[in-house]
Amino acid sequence: MRVALFATCVNDALYPSTAIATVRLLERLGADVDFPAAQTCCGQPQFNTGYRRETEPLVRRTARAFADYDHVVTPSGSCVAMIRDNYPRIGARAKAEGRGEELAEAAASLVPHVYELTEFLVDVLGVTDTGAYFPHTVTYHPSCHGLRMLGLGDRPRRLLQAVRGLELIELPGAEECCGFGGTFAVKNPDVSEAMGADKLRNALSTGAGVLCGADNSCLMHIGGMLRRQDAPQRTLHLAEILASTEEEPLV
Amino acid sequence: MSGTFMGMPAFPKAARDAVRDTTLRGNLRHATRTIRAKRAAAVAELEDWPQLREAGKQIKDHTLRHLDRYLEQVEQAVTAAGGTVHWAADADEANRIVADLVKATGETEVVKVKSMATQEIGLNTALEAAGIRAYETDLAELIVQLGDDLPSHILVPAIHRNRGEIRDIFRDNMASWGRPAPEDLTDRPADLAEAARLHLREKFLRAKVGISGANFMIAETGTLVVVESEGNGRMCLTLPETLISVVGIEKIIPTWRDLEVFLQLLPRSSTAERMNPYTTMWTGTTDGDGPRTFHLVLLDNGRTDTLADEVGRQALRCIRCSACLNVCPVYERAGGHAYGSPYPGPIGAILTPQLRGIASEVDASLPYASSLCGACYEVCPVAIDIPEVLVHLREKVADQGGRGHRLEKAAIKAATWLLDHPAALTAGERLASRTRKLHPERLPGPGTRQWTNSRDLPDLPAEPFRDWWKKNHA
Ligand code: SF4
Repeated sequence: MRVALFATCVNDALYPSTAIATVRLLERLGADVDFPAAQTCCGQPQFNTGYRRETEPLVRRTARAFADYDHVVTPSGSCVAMIRDNYPRIGARAKAEGRGEELAEAAASLVPHVYELTEFLVDVLGVTDTGAYFPHTVTYHPSCHGLRMLGLGDRPRRLLQAVRGLELIELPGAEECCGFGGTFAVKNPDVSEAMGADKLRNALSTGAGVLCGADNSCLMHIGGMLRRQDAPQRTLHLAEILASTEEEPLV
Repeated sequence: MSGTFMGMPAFPKAARDAVRDTTLRGNLRHATRTIRAKRAAAVAELEDWPQLREAGKQIKDHTLRHLDRYLEQVEQAVTAAGGTVHWAADADEANRIVADLVKATGETEVVKVKSMATQEIGLNTALEAAGIRAYETDLAELIVQLGDDLPSHILVPAIHRNRGEIRDIFRDNMASWGRPAPEDLTDRPADLAEAARLHLREKFLRAKVGISGANFMIAETGTLVVVESEGNGRMCLTLPETLISVVGIEKIIPTWRDLEVFLQLLPRSSTAERMNPYTTMWTGTTDGDGPRTFHLVLLDNGRTDTLADEVGRQALRCIRCSACLNVCPVYERAGGHAYGSPYPGPIGAILTPQLRGIASEVDASLPYASSLCGACYEVCPVAIDIPEVLVHLREKVADQGGRGHRLEKAAIKAATWLLDHPAALTAGERLASRTRKLHPERLPGPGTRQWTNSRDLPDLPAEPFRDWWKKNHA
């Protein structure tokens, strides 16, 4: 099966290990992975900060970059939510403003083909046991976009539970936002910090060595706080755990 | 309420003080978490909740689409039933109408049912200026009024107070408003409630004028509905000779059948009860039963402007249950006062900037008072997509320009240009990676400072993913 990887701008520039792990994982499961080089960013930061018109070139670019693929997979739930929920809105608004149907069509052509990584694994490939090996204690933070907008449900947890050697510990208050929220972290730093501190307290209370998530932007915020406090816990993207095997373990 | 929200600072600043107030944080955390769990259990009892929610949304949308017709229907029905209908375009007009109506009775005091519309227009302050004393009779509103405080929650305006604080407020201030609190008042809930009951009872029995809002107005019969828990509403709606109700024009539902839907959605969402203790409904006036004179003041105050906005108008579906406040992680930490209006929390963040506009600093800051986590949308019984409206309002604030936003727009434009030119983007990524050893962990300057105050920056990788891909796959 031919699959296009949408790495996302955050992973490309800051967390290439997550994108590499996604490639390795998908290839191990038999997919033929491609990385269309015209891709950059879905435009979520711009759109969520109130710059809809400024997002439009990125809607066009993203739709064009992936036009030839039936399956576009990305290890970022919030980028999928951006495409699924907001691309059609951007298209509809452009149309309502008398600027033609081109954006709406671009959105409509892309949306049905985009999958968040765990959706693709569980729903399209029908896999929950990815053959991974990761002998550590792990707790899972379901990011808001994955949890509420995509409705990922227990997919990530089922994937983690099937990993050999992994001990999954429930995260208290898992469904609560970590306080990242894109520019929210900068525009409302005190509230963001307070939310992050509560998330950290809950995460550390599990005693797990690893806090796993499926969205590196949230993990950048949580991980940045953990490191500032020299806490005995590291953050890790789900793709990196699933890519780890007995032959090629992640250290 | 003798306090006022005018001149509030922008949300981030007000929130900063609240975040540091550990008593407030503790009070809010305890209260919102308790009600949050109860609501979830009450909602889970109904298998058809998603259908009810959809029905609530559709009924409200239909009514709003034909609001002109339904408003006329309400006016005709209320008039036919012996009531008098007044139209108020804004807060000033509504306040003037109510003050004149009270003055015409010759009375100088009124008893009030808890009402968001009268908070919104600052009625108590306006009445005070006209020489009329308004007594709040809802327990939490009473605490706010006696404490010379501001409401911080839609349903529980004194949610920011704990039992000890309430005892002190009662002991110190009840006497100047009427019957004093007992000398030996404890902070036991039953004792506090008893003190309030005795204090309020003399006001109920004396008052000749009652003032209320309404949760619903049923167009087909002109019936108003007030849903409450304490029975103070029932007293104010039945004992006085004159009743004046100030109601937002979006409170209409077409028929009694529609009420069935909302009487299931509202109590479970707000107090987590299957049914609230008191539901009072009245249609105009009835001889020998209840008030002999009834006035309905229909309030616009920014609602028709809100209705004109295709995305923003869904905020008018709100039934003021406060479920969105109780699940909001930002509200829990920032408290209600930071929102600068009687409508705090997620609904306030989308309603206030629409009703009042975005000219003031606090109103322009409200659409950003959210991490867009979506918990509010998930619980809203009329499916208001609050995150969608927040982002839509951010666009308006950004378009307005002003403090910080011109610079932000330039930065966003530059970022979009870069992201639309992958070659330049890759060059930038490579440069950052190659010089990564030189980057400090804490950065000075606006934006980055807020980030690095409490968080380390991630280490930059040796190379961007693109370069790895090129080497290993292309
Ligand atoms: S927006 Fe929805 S959840 Fe919030 S108060 Fe209104 S009806 Fe309730």
